Amino acid sequence: MSADLIKKNFLFVNRKAPYGTLHGRESIDATLMAAAFEQAVSVLYLDDGVFMLQKGQQADAIQSQDFSTALENFTTYGIQNIYVDQLSMQQRGLAAEDLLFDVKILSAEEIAELVDAQDIILSY
Amino acid sequence: MIFSLSITEAPYSYQAATTAYHFAKAALGKSHSIYRVFFSNNGVHSGSALACPPQGEINISEQWLELAKEHNIDLVVCVAAALRRGILDTDEAKRRGKPFGNVAQGYTISGLGQLIEAGIVSDRLVTFGA
Repeated sequence: MSADLIKKNFLFVNRKAPYGTLHGRESIDATLMAAAFEQAVSVLYLDDGVFMLQKGQQADAIQSQDFSTALENFTTYGIQNIYVDQLSMQQRGLAAEDLLFDVKILSAEEIAELVDAQDIILSY
Repeated sequence: MIFSLSITEAPYSYQAATTAYHFAKAALGKSHSIYRVFFSNNGVHSGSALACPPQGEINISEQWLELAKEHNIDLVVCVAAALRRGILDTDEAKRRGKPFGNVAQGYTISGLGQLIEAGIVSDRLVTFGA
């Protein structure tokens, strides 16, 4: 079985705030790798993971590398399906204009459909 | 069915690594196969050759090695996660001017592509984390 002949639906779920753990960084690396393997990649931001998309991050103040630019470059690598959970945003006082770029805001029902359509789900 | 496993938490600190091992044994016992076990995040510590758990406790690193040998399973440690945490093979240690490598023989240090490829060629990719 050769990997380059198979295209699967990969979903990367981000549930943790950036920088406090390494999950955000490792999620970005894995997401880009799946895109490099020409898989059908979707990314979902959920719970505190929605803070990864917030504008105005100043990670250098805590000696971390800001990954806003990496997220903004997702589309350059063909990653178009970027989703955020409506309820998680609402609970944290975030509006669409607080985010780095335009993402599709999904309801719980729409997230269930998105998850249902996947072959591989990796949660960070 | 072909399974691959992704282990994201450290041995001993969390049950995840041990649960993954029991899952692998159960799957093999039912005539499924395990293609690859991918260790990332704090899971990379499972690949250390230097862990010395006290007598009476299991040795997680060795358990995986025995199972891998018996069933031809690929044990891969994520290179980016490993280098951050001081898990190196001899070549990498030399290249970076470190006194020695410490990854256990039988584990391969490689990139995240191995995780994605495992997802592609396996029927199921199962994650064990905190």
